[in-house]
Amino acid sequence: MPIKLPSFRARRDVYPADLWTKCPSCEEQLFNKQLDKALRVCPNCGHHFRLSAAARLELLLDEGSFEERDAGLQSVDPLGFVDQKAYPDRVAAAQLATGMRDAAVWGFGTVTGYPVAICVMDFGFMGGSMGAVVGEKVTRAAEAALDARVPLVVVAASGGARMQEGTLALMQLAKTVAATERLRLAGVPFISIMSDPTTGGVFASFAALGDVNLAEPNALIGFAGARVNAGTIGGELPDGFQRAEFLFRHGFVDRVVHRTELRSELAALLAFLEPSEVVAVVEPENGSLPSFRPLSFLTALADKVIPEGDNGTGHAGSAAGVPTGPGADPAEDADRA
Amino acid sequence: MLETTDLNASVWATVQLARNLRRPRTLELVGLIADEFIELHGDRLFGDDPAMVAGLARIAGRRVVVVGQQKGAETDENIRRNFGMPHPEGYRKSMRLMELAERLQIPVVTFIDVPGAHPGPESEERGIAEAIARSIALMSRLRTPIVAVITGEGGSGGALAIAVGDVVIALEHSVYSVISPEGCASILWRTPDQAATAAVAMKMTAADQAALGVVDLVVAEPEGGAQNDHEAAAAALKEALVAQLEILAAKPLDELIEDRYRRYRSLGPFATIATVEVPPPERPGLADRLRNLIGGTRVPTGNPAPGRPPDEPPVGEED
Ligand SMILES: [Zn+2]
Repeated sequence: MPIKLPSFRARRDVYPADLWTKCPSCEEQLFNKQLDKALRVCPNCGHHFRLSAAARLELLLDEGSFEERDAGLQSVDPLGFVDQKAYPDRVAAAQLATGMRDAAVWGFGTVTGYPVAICVMDFGFMGGSMGAVVGEKVTRAAEAALDARVPLVVVAASGGARMQEGTLALMQLAKTVAATERLRLAGVPFISIMSDPTTGGVFASFAALGDVNLAEPNALIGFAGARVNAGTIGGELPDGFQRAEFLFRHGFVDRVVHRTELRSELAALLAFLEPSEVVAVVEPENGSLPSFRPLSFLTALADKVIPEGDNGTGHAGSAAGVPTGPGADPAEDADRA
Repeated sequence: MLETTDLNASVWATVQLARNLRRPRTLELVGLIADEFIELHGDRLFGDDPAMVAGLARIAGRRVVVVGQQKGAETDENIRRNFGMPHPEGYRKSMRLMELAERLQIPVVTFIDVPGAHPGPESEERGIAEAIARSIALMSRLRTPIVAVITGEGGSGGALAIAVGDVVIALEHSVYSVISPEGCASILWRTPDQAATAAVAMKMTAADQAALGVVDLVVAEPEGGAQNDHEAAAAALKEALVAQLEILAAKPLDELIEDRYRRYRSLGPFATIATVEVPPPERPGLADRLRNLIGGTRVPTGNPAPGRPPDEPPVGEED
């Protein structure tokens, strides 16, 4: 049964984008053109504004190298969820506002020549919340990275699991992590980049489990909401609580990287983190497992090396194409779950 | 209108039963089900978490490693147990025991009864999210059978962290949700007063979870709820548990792990809409890219362009 294709046009195409944005950190009025040129980092105080998935891909990947996969994955409404709005209406509204089909995009690309499978989330789409579609994209990216034996890069920007999909959204934690775990055991590197915000069920799943965890300065990264946290101690939270630097101090982030350095840092890491050539030593970190054998499916991987390569098909998207433009910082509440 | 109210009331009654203070807890259930139980303590990294219990048990003659959140029946005990909300060290203790189970080829049985992992500053400092994530990762590939039993509250990531299994059993009046109904109501309805409505919307009862495929098997409770007859509740659970352990013991490990992967891989339906191939723009120059960024021109890639033939037949729902 063919489904009628909705036509997405970002609202910002219709109405002129604001010319100025006020920096929430230093309150400086910033000219949007300038802000975009500066990778949406405040030239005055260094505040990192959120990036759309398109801008993130453009930032990290070699020009023209991105080949989107699975652009047609579309959320359904498995619970028939209605709060103050029906879930399908929320999805439709988010699609119209962002021009995206859901809160994540994945595909293959190169970073200064190094091939990667990359999945990028967009907070502007329902707070970047992870339902079945986002979970599927992360999982397919991980599985494809395993197949092709190229590193996986995931850029998180999410308030957590999508409540409107109930426990089926919760199950995406298990689905995605099972896939990244296979990648880890098979010797294919996974770099997790946490941007503002990376919280709830996204932080408590794949985002926390990179072989290398990078974070953008001052990004909110945490498990429970600040209100809940404050409630448990009945008082004020320490300064910088749940910020990237806090996570760094406590040992959960390898490096806090300024956005202007992110691409070159990623390239430097990829130069080191080559997938292992043969699936040989597969040993969990807990050490001696006499009975442990490499998972049987891995043996089939030896002869698969590089993805089918680019034949031009499936090239349904490019970085420039997802129209989430300047002046937009959709501030949907983080769905923390 | 009346129907909605009735449904709210009945689902909310289930939530209350799942949280009932007289409901049998993990240690009680293990005491009633197992012939023998030796509790083990500590995560070897930081401390011992009283909100999570773990140890070695023999059930109907079978050796198992048992892990579960532990609430207390009385206020003092409940405070000592942190209302069953584990800190990271609870999940790390659990992982330590699961890894032991894997090495010794002993099946794992988990008991889930948790409002949520402890949400406080110490929990965040010690990496509650990392502990949950790593526990999920470990269970997704642990080379020994795992049966997870939701006995009371299955509260979000703190529950899933020990609920990844080959078979997920739920007691009849248990609940399982992505967020507490109060939390969901606070965010989506902007008031916790709508918790009952949120509970209905999230389909969090055991029966609903079974219908969604998240739970495999619902075990009936004694009339009025497990709190009325702990022995009968434990006996029914034991029967289901032993049957499942027997089935899983007969499965080759490779098949077990592959099936477990497939179980979670297939949860969460979505649709696949045929997308149209849009030729990529010819390598735009810097000026073009800037113009794109600023919003001067837009190339409608990344989205289906209506009115063009799809490059593949549309597929309906996948799952
Ligand atoms: Zn500023």
